[in-house]
Amino acid sequence: MSELLKVTHLHKEFGKNVVLKDINLTVKKGEVVVIIGPSGCGKSTFLRCLNGLEELQDGVITVDGLPVEANKREITKLRQKIGMVFQSYELFPHMSVLDNIILAPLKVQRRNKEEAVREATELLDKVGLLDKKDYFPRQLSGGQKQRVAIVRALLMHPDILLFDEVTAALDPEMVHEVLETMLALARSGSTMLIVTHEMAFAKAVADRIVFIDKGEIVEETTDVADFFKEPSTPRAKKFLSTFTYE
Amino acid sequence: MDKETLVSYIPLYRDALLLTLKIGWQGILFSFVIGLIGAAITHFKVKVLKTIVGIYIELFRNTPLLVQLFFIYFALPKVGVKITAEACGVLGLGLLGGAYMIETFRSGLESIPIIQTESSYSLGMSKLQTFWYIILPQAVSISVPGLLANVIFLLKETSVFSTISLMDLMFTAKDLIGMYAKTIECLFLLVVFYLIMLLPVSIIGALIERRLRYAGFGD
Ligand SMILES: Nc1ncnc2c1ncn2[C@@H]1O[C@H](COP(=O)(O)OP(=O)(O)OP(=O)(O)O)[C@@H](O)[C@H]1O
Ligand SMILES: [Mg+2]
Repeated sequence: MSELLKVTHLHKEFGKNVVLKDINLTVKKGEVVVIIGPSGCGKSTFLRCLNGLEELQDGVITVDGLPVEANKREITKLRQKIGMVFQSYELFPHMSVLDNIILAPLKVQRRNKEEAVREATELLDKVGLLDKKDYFPRQLSGGQKQRVAIVRALLMHPDILLFDEVTAALDPEMVHEVLETMLALARSGSTMLIVTHEMAFAKAVADRIVFIDKGEIVEETTDVADFFKEPSTPRAKKFLSTFTYE
Repeated sequence: MDKETLVSYIPLYRDALLLTLKIGWQGILFSFVIGLIGAAITHFKVKVLKTIVGIYIELFRNTPLLVQLFFIYFALPKVGVKITAEACGVLGLGLLGGAYMIETFRSGLESIPIIQTESSYSLGMSKLQTFWYIILPQAVSISVPGLLANVIFLLKETSVFSTISLMDLMFTAKDLIGMYAKTIECLFLLVVFYLIMLLPVSIIGALIERRLRYAGFGD
């Protein structure tokens, strides 16, 4: 399988605060990588770097062989290859669900409106939200908003999808519907990079687990089941133990 | 108060009102355009222009409209720029209003969370597209109450137009008092006509504000 995303020696700091240290990661086409780690360890910052929302102090990120560089002209082209879903949905509040979804395909990719609407309709139907297409974001529940945000990212046909704790702001009963949607995507062969605190979901969806602590990749493994049973580093063990109640 | 006098003055006040409105709305339209352009310049932090906008705002917010009008009307002709009283009124009001409109639009723009911009960027939208389709529409609807307050403020400021011999409401009242000394009637009509001009704007403003609040974007 071909390398889609390649991160080498990524180094990121905010002022004197070093947030990511020498991160190396390769994601192949069709792979689902789940990133876990304690709060503040740099997971969100990492995803933001991948999308050119942060400037790097050192290191190289390439998507499909092309370098991701914030503040360069080409960045808008690259971002079309990288879909991103935020914890707080970030739908555009002044637009209907449908307009939220087709805006970028129309304005950025200059696609035919009829065709974009048709695909948007199909995708909304798949996530069970077709009847909400003319609603405004404020009229939707958190789970519905998040599914719309996922559809919005999908309609751009990105090569890779980034998810940053997309269920963290949801009520428990809505977490499931969003995870189902993501699981279906994973099964259909999408390349995904997922940051989550839902360990059961991570176990179910991941081809590979990356454990980050204090800005470093501490453990990385494709033996997902083994990792959750018996992680090989003490730091991962300690982190996982915070999810069990004994 | 003498009823007959009142009635006989009404046409004069009506004409004055129409003139005030004509200059007023042109000046306000002009101030909107300045406001949008100025706010966009500060939003994008355009070099040099950003500084010019800053100086412009301070200059026009910290000098009286009267002084600005005198400058345009009496000083510019000295350097060869001739201008009619009406155009001077529009220009003066537009420039003064522009300074306030920039500030209002700018605070609207600043109130949109940065992550909305990032969300738009992540879809591949450019800076300009993000501004136009995502940030500006939200900022404008947040700014509506402030913009309407500016409109009322500017319409009231038109009262200094009389000093450059524009026959606005204030000029008409002063003129009539000077000629016929019917002070009470003249001042009464002056207040009534200002209310006729401004109350509708206030009421419409309150209605829009209420609608916006109910239809609020908030999640
Ligand atoms: N814009 C910023 N300016 C300065 N420091 C920042 C900025 N963004 C993040 N940080 C710092 O970087 C570190 C990593 O933050 P980040 O949000 O990436 O953590 P995280 O792993 O996503 O945490 P969480 O699980 O709580 O979301 C934190 O110490 C945070 O304070
Ligand atoms: Mg985070």
